[in-house]
Amino acid sequence: MHDLSVHAAPHHAPPTSFIRKHIFSLDHKVIGKQYYGLALAAAFIGMFLSWLMRIHLAWNSAAIPGLQLLSSTGAPGGVMTPEYYLQLMTMHGTIMVFFVLTTAPFAAFGNYFLPIQVGAEDMPFPHFNMMSFWVTFAAFLVLMSSFFVGDGPTLGGWTQYAPLNAIGSVGGPGQGAGVVLWAISIALFCIGQLLGALNFITTTLDLRVKGMSLMRLPLSAWGWFITSCMGLTAFAVLMPACILVILDHVAGTSFFVASGLVLNDQMLPHSGGSTLLWQHLFWFFGHPEVYIAIVPGIGVVSHILLANMRRPMLSQRTLIYSMGALAILSYMVYGHHMFVSGMNPFSSLAFSFPTLVITIPSTIVVLIWTFSLYGSKLRINSASLFALGFISMFVSGGVSGFFLAQPSIDIMLHATYFVVGHFHLVMGVAAMFGIFGGTYFWFPKVTGRMMNETLGKLHFWLSFVGAYCIFMPFHYLGMAGNVRRYSSFVDDFLQPLIPVHRFITVAALVTGAAQLIFLYNLFHSRFRGEPASDNPWQATSLEWSTATPPPFDNFGGKHPVVYHDPFQYGVQSSVGDYVMQASPEMVKTEFEEK
Amino acid sequence: MRAKQLLLTVLVLLVCSSLMFAGTVSGRVTYTGTPVKAKPIDMSKEPSCAKQHATPVTTETVVTGPNNGLENVVVYISSGAPDDSQVPSQAVTFEQKGCQYIPHVLVMHTNQELKIVNDDQTSHNIHPLAKVNREWNKSQPPGTPPIVDKYEKPEFISVKCNVHPWMHGEFAVLTTNHYDVSKGGGDFKLPNLPPGKYTITAWHEDYGTQTADVTITGNETKEQNFTFKAKAY
Amino acid sequence: MAKLFAITLVVIAIVSAIPILRHTWAAPEDISTHGALIDEQMSETMAEAGISFLAAQFILAFFVWKFSNPGPDAKIKRFPGGAKGLVIAALLVVGIEVMALGIFGVKAWANVYLTPPSADALPIQVQAGQFAFYFRYPGPDGKFGGLHPELINEGTQNIFGLDPEHDVAARDDIVTAELAIPVNKEVHLLMHSKDVGHSFFVRELRVQQDFVPGLDVSLHFTATKVGKYEIVCTQLCGLGHYNMKAYLEVMSQPDFDNWLKQQAGQ
Repeated sequence: MHDLSVHAAPHHAPPTSFIRKHIFSLDHKVIGKQYYGLALAAAFIGMFLSWLMRIHLAWNSAAIPGLQLLSSTGAPGGVMTPEYYLQLMTMHGTIMVFFVLTTAPFAAFGNYFLPIQVGAEDMPFPHFNMMSFWVTFAAFLVLMSSFFVGDGPTLGGWTQYAPLNAIGSVGGPGQGAGVVLWAISIALFCIGQLLGALNFITTTLDLRVKGMSLMRLPLSAWGWFITSCMGLTAFAVLMPACILVILDHVAGTSFFVASGLVLNDQMLPHSGGSTLLWQHLFWFFGHPEVYIAIVPGIGVVSHILLANMRRPMLSQRTLIYSMGALAILSYMVYGHHMFVSGMNPFSSLAFSFPTLVITIPSTIVVLIWTFSLYGSKLRINSASLFALGFISMFVSGGVSGFFLAQPSIDIMLHATYFVVGHFHLVMGVAAMFGIFGGTYFWFPKVTGRMMNETLGKLHFWLSFVGAYCIFMPFHYLGMAGNVRRYSSFVDDFLQPLIPVHRFITVAALVTGAAQLIFLYNLFHSRFRGEPASDNPWQATSLEWSTATPPPFDNFGGKHPVVYHDPFQYGVQSSVGDYVMQASPEMVKTEFEEK
Repeated sequence: MRAKQLLLTVLVLLVCSSLMFAGTVSGRVTYTGTPVKAKPIDMSKEPSCAKQHATPVTTETVVTGPNNGLENVVVYISSGAPDDSQVPSQAVTFEQKGCQYIPHVLVMHTNQELKIVNDDQTSHNIHPLAKVNREWNKSQPPGTPPIVDKYEKPEFISVKCNVHPWMHGEFAVLTTNHYDVSKGGGDFKLPNLPPGKYTITAWHEDYGTQTADVTITGNETKEQNFTFKAKAY
Repeated sequence: MAKLFAITLVVIAIVSAIPILRHTWAAPEDISTHGALIDEQMSETMAEAGISFLAAQFILAFFVWKFSNPGPDAKIKRFPGGAKGLVIAALLVVGIEVMALGIFGVKAWANVYLTPPSADALPIQVQAGQFAFYFRYPGPDGKFGGLHPELINEGTQNIFGLDPEHDVAARDDIVTAELAIPVNKEVHLLMHSKDVGHSFFVRELRVQQDFVPGLDVSLHFTATKVGKYEIVCTQLCGLGHYNMKAYLEVMSQPDFDNWLKQQAGQ
């Protein structure tokens, strides 16, 4: 599909009012920034919750001064109750997975940069796009409101297993209104993401400028495109599942609740529902979701590395096909969350094989990155450090997946800290590093200023070492059998592990504090950072050939024409060792693939 | 002004006269038949409580005493008492100790302050299963302040601990201050009753409710016994 | 700074490997008849994962060290074999590795989950409910009485909802808060949940199985060593999840018979 004539996005006139410019904006760049702001706020809230959790785990009976002001029933005298711990934990997971890891890598960066990278003026459905942000924002408010109602947020974990999620407040504090609010919030979130995915897919397929074939798209654009395909199908399953849960609460249905259950010596009125139905629906979404969280990062990291290695990847196509393979395989593996769930044990074996196979594209991606570093001219800066850190974290997190993919080993590791360590390394660290790297890399284009390099490097070192100090020990805890989602460690065999938890908590508090350096850097550089040129990294993709910040219609009324793929580094041109995609200059290159 | 003074005088006279004459109703609560054998409670899942009991405690739904006495029966004046809107100012205390509720049956007046304390090393989650009053449950980690609450309407409320399934108790929220809980051989005593006609109710959490009418004329002690039919299962 | 990155990465990789190599926080000793294959799977996976982890981090560190901040004459070099070689290596090495693990792991899994319990296994019923495990033995008549959830009363300790008044088979059923089993004898657990999802996990026995409300789940194993072990709940079931456990006592057959008699007498 070469040389599509540009179909301009529906022209919308530049906004004039403050509200149209900054609040209800149709401009994908403003929407991207709004998503970023939402993710930033959510990340700090989620991190604060994790601090409370970690302090409680390390010093269980201690009073946390002031906590009773946050909740007098949740923390009488400042001592966290078991249910409050679980409520904080549930909110931590929900906020981080949805409002940080789906929002920032995909919705924030993707909204801002995908249209520019394909050469378009905006996305094809700007009103849907605006709605997608505000619906997501509303979802966030609904979720946060559960802190202030009745007996607080739901305590069932971000996975909200049935029937605990469907039986109402008889199941425990937060299980009434708290669950309904959670489900409404997530259903709204799904709608927001579906509207976004529609835009991303159509932008990529229909709005590429002349010369921008699919193979000439930057790897970050491929990452967003593949992610949006996953989003369309995965969120489309989670949303009805949430609606069914709400119906079980308000309409007397029993989708997820079997008959004959007893609580408080009373028979529950439900009958005919299925416990496992929820798990199948949730994980059919849940596994692609974690790839939705990481694939944009794979794209962004590739993009950042290219500009900093000053040479193409060994094979761009292989990276694209590997991202695609990850996306397709992600639908076939979801049962690995259910090995010991009571589903047919043959199914467990069936799911384990694709799970093992998914190791292959993941390995290929790491090998291509690593061996592209061979013979490169690597530049070290904050962005490239986070990209390299991503590779290390992706390897560490991926390797623990090796264990969890096998049902026989999962017998010992399911529901232990081993799992928690695994997903925190890939999501809580690697995906976050993708967000940080993207921020340091693209900040100059969005704001016209550079972020402070010294602070950026300090942020990297503290985060990199700190994250390993926090999450590597989780694996040891898991192998010793430390069960997850415990608010206290009272069992005999857990007592010797408590010192490890204390070490982790200290590491978590220090690493968390280091994120304040990033926050400061963001705001300080926004107003006082060194002015940046239009292309401070000498990079090739279309966002660097436009003004800084990009004008309202991205390219100032002109439609760029694309002459090259984005991998022309390590060549000799009139501007240096690279050729920009929009530059008509032809150079001798060994690396041209298209 | 004069009407008010007159009213006051009449009231004072009535109160004085009631103080001058105060009778007592006392008796025994017993059972017939064979009650279920009390089952020992295995607290092994909570070692900090298990080790507090040299021999395991037994279930307290039916507690018997010598001579077929039935304990934990709430005996109270259900009608006829003149001074029952008085809410006592001191709190009643419900204690969680050794993973048991002490006392097993706690009686209180409506709107009387209820204080719940946790003397154990484990967190308890106290859950009074009120149906007329507001139902709530709260966790109480060790070392945290007492939970203070009150009930506005009369009701017999089953109390359980969400964390330790064997823990079971009862709140009797009454509109009278004339009550007793039978102990030992099933003995109970209701003193300080001015002359009048009274209905006395005896309530057991498993065996049900019985009533009797008693008239007090002066300072006498009237005997009133209650007999419940035990359940074999 | 590139060299600092490389050194830090190598140190982190080595320090991470040390507790594994020294078995600092290891799983407890296996006391089951089926666990040896699981432990073997674990060791093999650890060896392969460990080598992959160390190799990947070391190579990354080495390349970052060697190929950053190049001099002015440095030329871009292409790794011999290019992408093609790497993809083939990944497909072959990783592909064969994971397939081998997958195929050999089938037996370890099948021993627990795809083989039926033997006919003379000792049947014990397990009920999980917020927040305790209770166990039922059939008693001298060898029959379990019927379950009537509407009769469940925790205050009077009618945990399983038995109806001894009308159901003769229920009268001699023995209900306990601890799971005692005889050593070297296959046990067949019949698991159900009273309320929400729970899970049964005994590290030493190498078993973990969820309770599914609405389903009766079956699990069988044989314990090979006398001792006291902990059964813990691993499926988030509410506020008391952290405190949901029971003790497993593996006893000699005579000790077990005595224990059962004692429990029956109460």
